[in-house]
Amino acid sequence: MSLDTATVRRIAALARIRLEAAEVERMQTELNDILGWIEQLQAVDTAGVEPMAGAGAVALRMREDVVTDGGVAPRVLANAPDREGEYFGVPKVVE
Amino acid sequence: MHPTDFTLAGAAEALHEGLISSVELTQAHLDAIAALNPRLNAFLAVTAEAALREAAASDARRKRGDARPLEGLPIANKDLFCTEGVATTAASRILAGFIPPYESTVTAQLRRDGAVFLGKLNCDEFAMGSSNTTSAFGPVENPWRRGNDPDARLVPGGSSGGSAAAVAARLALAATATDTGGSIRQPAAFCGIAGIKPTYGRCSRFGIVAFASSLDQAGPVARTVEDCAVLLRSMAGFDPKDSTSADVPVPDFARACGRGVKGLRIGVPREYRLDGTPPEIAALWEQGLQWLRAEGAETVEISLPHTKYALPTYYIVAPAEASSNLARYDGVRFGLRETVAGSDLRDLYERTRAAGFGAEVKRRILIGTYVLSAGYYDAYYLQAQKIRALIKRDFDEAFGRVDAIVTPATPSAAFGMDEKQDDPVTMYLNDVFTVTANLAGLPGLAVPAGLDHQGLPLGLQVIGRAFDEETVFAVGGAIERAANFRALPAIRAGVG
Repeated sequence: MSLDTATVRRIAALARIRLEAAEVERMQTELNDILGWIEQLQAVDTAGVEPMAGAGAVALRMREDVVTDGGVAPRVLANAPDREGEYFGVPKVVE
Repeated sequence: MHPTDFTLAGAAEALHEGLISSVELTQAHLDAIAALNPRLNAFLAVTAEAALREAAASDARRKRGDARPLEGLPIANKDLFCTEGVATTAASRILAGFIPPYESTVTAQLRRDGAVFLGKLNCDEFAMGSSNTTSAFGPVENPWRRGNDPDARLVPGGSSGGSAAAVAARLALAATATDTGGSIRQPAAFCGIAGIKPTYGRCSRFGIVAFASSLDQAGPVARTVEDCAVLLRSMAGFDPKDSTSADVPVPDFARACGRGVKGLRIGVPREYRLDGTPPEIAALWEQGLQWLRAEGAETVEISLPHTKYALPTYYIVAPAEASSNLARYDGVRFGLRETVAGSDLRDLYERTRAAGFGAEVKRRILIGTYVLSAGYYDAYYLQAQKIRALIKRDFDEAFGRVDAIVTPATPSAAFGMDEKQDDPVTMYLNDVFTVTANLAGLPGLAVPAGLDHQGLPLGLQVIGRAFDEETVFAVGGAIERAANFRALPAIRAGVG
């Protein structure tokens, strides 16, 4: 499996990372090197093996459905690059 | 004796006996940082004023007879731990200007126990790297020198390279670090100090900048095994704010360090005998096993058959989780924002992330995005999760026969800053001995055990059963006593 430049651009778009034209080719080579090396996993027989999602306890614990935090809008917004009142500011989305 | 030469436990004793004050101890470390950090680049931020204020308060508290376990001990934190009111960068441009409004659980517990914080330590960007060269704020230099090539600047390992270099050079008594695939143990080994990645779930991940959530664990680096044990006791413990935090008691790890290894069965995995491993690393490994046999342990050859698949498995699982975790850096809520005139929201995201992330982080996000994308999920991600289960099963079977496993910590000594940088896959091989413990969630300790022919430190690794750090410390303590590692890095506080 080898990635073409169109696929590299598509992945970058999915990941919301702008790639300049000059970067695409270098990234393509590097990603293909890594994927080529990872390819060896296809040879492992995993029939009947349950996938392991995490290293901790199999089941996450439950907690009471109650509010434990909140009411700290100024602290939440303190690091925002742009804000309007109690909202994060972004470029206009809807005309 | 120079105050920066104390071990953490030794400094605690000296403070207790009134031989030194926390202010004196803290000032000595701040002086060492001022002298050596311009060269080593281990610290990204030094909080000198706050440290001296905390130290003075600590001395006053001790006078009142109210000393806590880490009272007045100056340590430093990897810049992956959120520290309230102190900039936290994860060594990335994308977190520029970010001041956490909260404290990570691990650092809060260290404060609770009286530790004094000197500052924040450099690391690989988002902890992605094995040489500390991916930091947006420049590489960290290893304080060790090759005897036969003293001018070469060496890497400290990574990702916790700042933590390891600072502790080795005596700029801090000990430091916090994190380990996702070897990021505590490999730099500890490269810098001739000890470091433990505890069992997954032992330390809360709350407030630690996330890389790969099912693999990330916090742990200490320090100059002795006992110091690691002392620090881990304060760092560990159940935290409801981390859904994967383990609700298990925290034992007095330091008591286990001198327990000895008589009657223990030590596993020696045959798959860790890799082609191309330098003979001196194989020899050191055998030496370590002999030390343990001399102390009454039995060594047993074991097999961990899926070992060779661990690294490629890791390089699917970790980037997949990273691509998801790092989606939060969008230029909206914190950190960097990049736009041009007329940027819409999507352009804002794409420009911000292009400008904010370094090359290695981008590579891993793209790999992760690809292996999780429609049509490839089963072939890559699901297959990797199944192989991860097989790697864990190998360990479960081995731990039916042995109490701990001993391996080399790294496949080489520290390398030069200009070596091994070009090819990502070659760089990834640094973690070949350490990554299995992350995938299986097991505790792993690196202990300095000897020097290579160039005079550079080499470490051994002890892997234990889940939540059996005590046996790991017992074995590590025995190796430490037998190795009697006394060599010192060329660059350190109090010399030159």
